[in-house]
Amino acid sequence: MAIILTEEQKELKALIKEFMENEVIPYAQEYDERGEFPEEILKKAHEMGLGCMNIEEEFGGSGLDNETMAVLIEEMAYGEAGVSTSLTVSGLAYECVRDFGSQEQKKLIAEAIVAGKYVSFALTEADAGSNAGAARCSYALDGDEYVINGSKAFITNASYADYHLVFATKDPALGVRGLSAFIVANDTPGVSRGKKENKMGLRLSNTSDLHFDNVRVSKDMLVGKEGLGFKMAMTSLDVGRILIGAAATGIAQRALDESVKYAKQRSPFGQPIATHQAVQFIIADMAIEIEAARLLTKNAAILKDKGMRISKEAAIAKSFSSDVAMKATTDAVQILGGYGYSKEYPVEKLMRDAKVYQIFEGTNQIQRIVISGAVLKE
Amino acid sequence: MDKSLYKNIWVYVETTEDGIAKVSLELLSEARKIADAAAEKLVAVLVGSDLDAAVETVCDSGVDEVIVVDAKTYQTYSTDAYTFVFAQLCKKYKPSVLFMGATDNGKDFAPRLACRLNTGAIADTTELYYNPETKDVEWTKPAFGGNLMATIVCDETRPQIGTIRRGVFKIMPAEKKQDVVITQEDIATPQEMIRTLVKEVIAEKATKDIKIEDAEVIVAIGRGVKEQEQTAMFAELAEMLGGALAVTRPLVDKEWYTAKCQIGQSGKMVSPKLYIGCGISGAVQHTAGMCSSDVIVAINTDASAPIFGVADYAVVGDMFEVVPALIDELKKIRQ
Amino acid sequence: MNILVCVKQVPDTEEIKIDPITGSLIREGVAAILNPLDACALEAAVRLKEAYGGKVTVLSMGPPQAKEALKQCVAVGADEAVLITDRAFKDADTLATSYALSMTAKQLGEFDVIVCGKHTLDGETGQVGPQIAEHMDWSQVTHVMDMKVEEGKLVAVREMEDGREVVEATLPCVASVTKASYTPRYPTIKSKLAAGKKEILTLSADEIKNLDKERIGMSGSRTKVAKSFSAPTGQAGMVIQEETGEATGRKLARILHEAKLV
Repeated sequence: MAIILTEEQKELKALIKEFMENEVIPYAQEYDERGEFPEEILKKAHEMGLGCMNIEEEFGGSGLDNETMAVLIEEMAYGEAGVSTSLTVSGLAYECVRDFGSQEQKKLIAEAIVAGKYVSFALTEADAGSNAGAARCSYALDGDEYVINGSKAFITNASYADYHLVFATKDPALGVRGLSAFIVANDTPGVSRGKKENKMGLRLSNTSDLHFDNVRVSKDMLVGKEGLGFKMAMTSLDVGRILIGAAATGIAQRALDESVKYAKQRSPFGQPIATHQAVQFIIADMAIEIEAARLLTKNAAILKDKGMRISKEAAIAKSFSSDVAMKATTDAVQILGGYGYSKEYPVEKLMRDAKVYQIFEGTNQIQRIVISGAVLKE
Repeated sequence: MDKSLYKNIWVYVETTEDGIAKVSLELLSEARKIADAAAEKLVAVLVGSDLDAAVETVCDSGVDEVIVVDAKTYQTYSTDAYTFVFAQLCKKYKPSVLFMGATDNGKDFAPRLACRLNTGAIADTTELYYNPETKDVEWTKPAFGGNLMATIVCDETRPQIGTIRRGVFKIMPAEKKQDVVITQEDIATPQEMIRTLVKEVIAEKATKDIKIEDAEVIVAIGRGVKEQEQTAMFAELAEMLGGALAVTRPLVDKEWYTAKCQIGQSGKMVSPKLYIGCGISGAVQHTAGMCSSDVIVAINTDASAPIFGVADYAVVGDMFEVVPALIDELKKIRQ
Repeated sequence: MNILVCVKQVPDTEEIKIDPITGSLIREGVAAILNPLDACALEAAVRLKEAYGGKVTVLSMGPPQAKEALKQCVAVGADEAVLITDRAFKDADTLATSYALSMTAKQLGEFDVIVCGKHTLDGETGQVGPQIAEHMDWSQVTHVMDMKVEEGKLVAVREMEDGREVVEATLPCVASVTKASYTPRYPTIKSKLAAGKKEILTLSADEIKNLDKERIGMSGSRTKVAKSFSAPTGQAGMVIQEETGEATGRKLARILHEAKLV
């Protein structure tokens, strides 16, 4: 791995590796088959500070920069992608609150996450998909309170979250300019959770609908200003996309490692299949692409840590890494042949897990709109 | 230190409510050979209370002398009292060697005693050799998780003190010595010297299961057993052979069995008359724990499994097919 | 409570390889780890601290690299870490090791309890704990799976071969612990980062007061390793393999029967 890590990054990476190997990987298949949220495992992870990596130390968080987080999330997703997703999404909601919210809001959300609670990032809607501007979930001011009505779809951690960061529109006709974000406690009257999605992959993470029926939140739960919702969401998604790039790289690396392990021992013709050029070239391609994915991700993370605008770089890292993950995991299934297709071996799960990385946080088609938009503007 | 002042081979004969610990009798058998090689006396040392029956048994075990410290104080083991008693005895009689079983208590006070006597202690030995030239005992023990065997000597000081694992040596029929000298030693340990007190003994749930280290037949299973239900056939085989079911570490890690059933360097050393390993590949950690069995049968699909290197009968086949047929055929034969 | 935990850095035996010719360990490339049972000992100590307050100090004897193991301890609850390191300590057996550790303990302060792991992965002797107790002239409890303090005494549950035993011991006391209930905790990201910055107190033999140099290292040892070799493997025996597994099983039954083994 041609990446220079600091001593601290190395140590933390080793810690994550140890945790994933001992506490997660041995149980991943069972949870995957049941489609169960591994609450006990995640509780341990929260105690280690893995759920609050981006939260400042003053709030009790781990206080890591994006570059370090990318290293750790890659390692987490290498072990189990659903767990890495469950542990990072609350932090994504916090990104918004940190950049745009009040001190009280920051404290509220930060401390909840540090205490091991989940905060969902409720942006996507069933009929709007990648177009946040087409949101129908609405809000209106009534006295000192905002009243929210509508639904959100495919929301990570929704069934377990104590708070939701809800993006709602003042008037659908306003498009993206109508969006505002609110912190909604899950126990607020009118909030209900829909059914849990029965997903193809990433089955250790929880995904569900959220419904808001005349949900009243006090004025101070508006994050930032009205109409800033879209901008906030995009800022937060920039970071989210870096972390997705990291997780996808981890999945791809696992696919490579499993392929190499298998190719060295599988000898149907007397020689390990790793000695066949046909297999060697697949492995070489995986290695090339994984290294590129990792570097793109690291680059975006470093730029973000330096306070630069990274919409293009994050979109590049996200789309490239997730495409690499999809390809690498598909190739891993191919290398393992019949065993690759069997649940006895881990690679079919990698392939199922990888797919969603091309879809969520903006499909890779949307990423290309972001990228081309930025390039054409330059 | 003038080593020549120290003579005789001592064995601490540990007694429990059930009588003499088997390991002590195993040690008497092996120590007899060492005493003969060294042309020294074999002395059994008993500490406890109401030891008459035990002393009688020991007298039949080929010992030359018996030293008995019999007092109520020693009914229950305590580190302080036992260390004190043995320190007094060693100072008085100057034995060359003191062997103890690597039991909970043996391992508890052997090192402390050695420290008090400023001599060497060797723990968990599995092999003993008396070197007639140096007149030292050479103690061999597993180390580094069973990857390595180390031979250790205590060549400058006496007594040489060490604990020996149970099941390593066999109890041999002994020639009873005439005129075994029995010495009663009256050593009082002052009560205030004893700093620990056993408040409660919680016996393990009583089971009719035979301990693997005592079993004459052992059926062993390991990683090859994927589902807990699959263990039934192996338990049945063990039971019909009047033996015990033992396991390798992966099954202990799965918490299907406790470490008490585990064979290997980190578990128990066993030497049954018949060992049947089912689907066990034979990592050195395991084979080191069972290779002194009289007859080793290994069942494995992989003809190149390392366990076949130590097996008397290398059975190549799927244990889930072989074992039911074995059980069935044995039943037929017995009828 | 003032608690001292004695720990050792050992080679990871899962990775260990033996030179088949010399029979000695190939140490190159083998990771050095905190002895697993010492991690349990630290966990036991930290739980005592959490229950009764106080401080946990970890002490190790070894080469300068052993600082890594001590930092690992700091990340999971040790307040202070001390390494005694000196060529003079080399080749110590348990007697010399326990002497050096006990002399350091006396210098570091008044401890109520010294906790050790039941044994180390390398030597597997389990002797250092009881021998520290002897050097300190304290009570000892081995095979501890749980402990608490009641009326100024240590009440420990011992994990025995045939069950358990509850023992009360006067303080100060040396306790050596088994894994049973002391599964070590994971460090947090923050504690791991903080541990990396922690100063480890390092002492040489000269810096330990009243240390008798004759009683440390090789000269203080009463045992020595005469030789080492890899664990033996035997000779292959009779192969039994029939067309089917079933036939193989039946043949095995007859062979064992004829050999009067069953």
